[in-house]
Amino acid sequence: MKRTTFRNPWLPILLLSPQLAIIAVFFYWPAGYALQTSFYLQDPFGFGSTFVGAENYTRLTSSANYQDALTFTIVFTLLVTFFSLAIALLLAVKADKVLRGARTYRTLLMWVYAIAPPVAGLMGVMLFDQSRGNLTQLFQALGWDYTLGVNYWDTAVAMIVVSVWKQIPVNFIFFLSGLQAIPRSVHEAAMIDNRSGMSRFWDVTFPLLAPTGFFLLIINITYALFDTFGIIDTLVKGEPGNNPMTLVYRVFVDGFRGGDLGGSSAQSVVLMVLVLILTIVQFRFLERRIHYT
Amino acid sequence: MANVTLQDVRKVYPNGFEAIYPCSFEVPDGEFVVLVGPSGCGKSTLLRMVAGLEPITEGDLSIGARIVNDVDPADRNIAMVFQNYALYPHMTVAKNMGYGLKNRGTSKAEIDKKVRAAAEMLNLSDYLDRRPSQLSGGQRQRVAMGRAIVREPDLFLFDEPLSNLDAKLRNQMRIEVRALQRRLGVTSMYVTHDQVEAMTMADRIIVMNAGRIEQIGTPGEIYGRPASTFVASFMGAPPMNLLNGMAGDGAVRLDGGEQVPHAPVNGHAGALMVGIRPEDVLLSEAGDLAFNVHIVEELGALRLLHGEVGGQAFSVSVAKDQNAQVGQTRLSVKPSSVHLFDAAEGRRL
Repeated sequence: MKRTTFRNPWLPILLLSPQLAIIAVFFYWPAGYALQTSFYLQDPFGFGSTFVGAENYTRLTSSANYQDALTFTIVFTLLVTFFSLAIALLLAVKADKVLRGARTYRTLLMWVYAIAPPVAGLMGVMLFDQSRGNLTQLFQALGWDYTLGVNYWDTAVAMIVVSVWKQIPVNFIFFLSGLQAIPRSVHEAAMIDNRSGMSRFWDVTFPLLAPTGFFLLIINITYALFDTFGIIDTLVKGEPGNNPMTLVYRVFVDGFRGGDLGGSSAQSVVLMVLVLILTIVQFRFLERRIHYT
Repeated sequence: MANVTLQDVRKVYPNGFEAIYPCSFEVPDGEFVVLVGPSGCGKSTLLRMVAGLEPITEGDLSIGARIVNDVDPADRNIAMVFQNYALYPHMTVAKNMGYGLKNRGTSKAEIDKKVRAAAEMLNLSDYLDRRPSQLSGGQRQRVAMGRAIVREPDLFLFDEPLSNLDAKLRNQMRIEVRALQRRLGVTSMYVTHDQVEAMTMADRIIVMNAGRIEQIGTPGEIYGRPASTFVASFMGAPPMNLLNGMAGDGAVRLDGGEQVPHAPVNGHAGALMVGIRPEDVLLSEAGDLAFNVHIVEELGALRLLHGEVGGQAFSVSVAKDQNAQVGQTRLSVKPSSVHLFDAAEGRRL
């Protein structure tokens, strides 16, 4: 790596300032404000606030609703991450082997990426619709009385399916380019060393995809935690009722629907800390086992 | 150990391109055969067909007594060394070398023993726990060799294995690879575009051009009696001089007018090509051919003189102790060093 030295000490700061300004305005300032708000109890009509110390936090630990959202978020994140990575990897491995019409196939798969989350959510609403949804009809034909928005787990299924579907193209693109970056001769050397294609995949291809996989793992966890907001919002139509909620969606519902800015801020601070810990754990323990070449 | 036989082996790609025209040859047990030719001549394709990485369109390929056209590469009991080494970047040197054995169900102790023995042979013992990224180019090359050796294959396949090394290391590895093959006595097929590698390493050379075999022979035969103008100009640096001429009345005249001495005319008549190696002529005022020197290249042990004979480009190499300067001089041709080729197809006459 080439090291560059600036003669004028202000130049690097000047060059960095647009990026720093964006981070400050869109991250540090709101995060600081959330941290501050989390120690206050807001007047429901917005006339003022009272300092309550850690009460917003202690209230969370005893809230059954919050525990429920926490559990659901963990299950949701694990399932969405696992299925979107696994299905994308499968598709990428198959697409990598396609010789004829490869470009068309890839383009078709990538199109889904261009769909906005609320649109994806809306398509989910249509597919899973109580009376007209194609998937609902399929489920009913199979003997499953599927009711979106009424039954807790039925709604959860729709959320997971739509979220996974929306995320597959991104993972697919990365996995495919990762696969194509593996030299052909390495595959060929493996073909001479090992008869079984499946065992070749796990011994040679998969470890070489690990850097891509690790990057995608982080991206997907972040996606499942935060970016699924639009999909969930469309599916539950802002009326959570008996429906499952992720932690992020709960922050929104409690803060803006429930008017409890303090409690909502406390939740977002907890979420921030959780994500921070998760990221540290990933880099500390997972990255060590990955070999970048 | 085994011999390799190709019987009318042919390769046509789905788009209709004929990469290999039907060809037949046999590599006897323990022989080191070098396939040489310009890029795109089909030499790598031929090697990859032997390895099983490329399907054979027609013909039979056998290794030992067995026809292996439809045998999986892993079951042909071959080992291949690739141009870019193709090591597994996430495995240590020891794992790289042992991976093939592991998949054949060899016991751990046995693998360890064989890997250590191969590493010993290749001076890699201190590097067994390193990863390929921590090794130099020459060491990676050795690991690739080691991976081939531990399998104790019937056949070694080399696909331009030295091309990624710098010139000095390449010369050294050339000798090592050859010595190793002699010691192990494993039948080997070696692909290269470098004629020096071909000449120095081969028991027999197969010269290929545009999907066809031009000539098969020992390095001496290939150099001394090239079967075509292609072989004559491909093997040898600087290449053989090829001059347009005309045969008639038991003599050959160059298009410039002068008669070529020692030409083996044998009753041929009409237009032909005259081939003379740059080292097969002597500078001599009493010589038979007028030589107009344009440029003198100093190579240390040798000097190369580039100029014209009868208006056609001609090069001469002379020893360092011989005087040479730009200008007019004469050449005398050594006896039995004049090659004649058919003018239209370039075949040896």
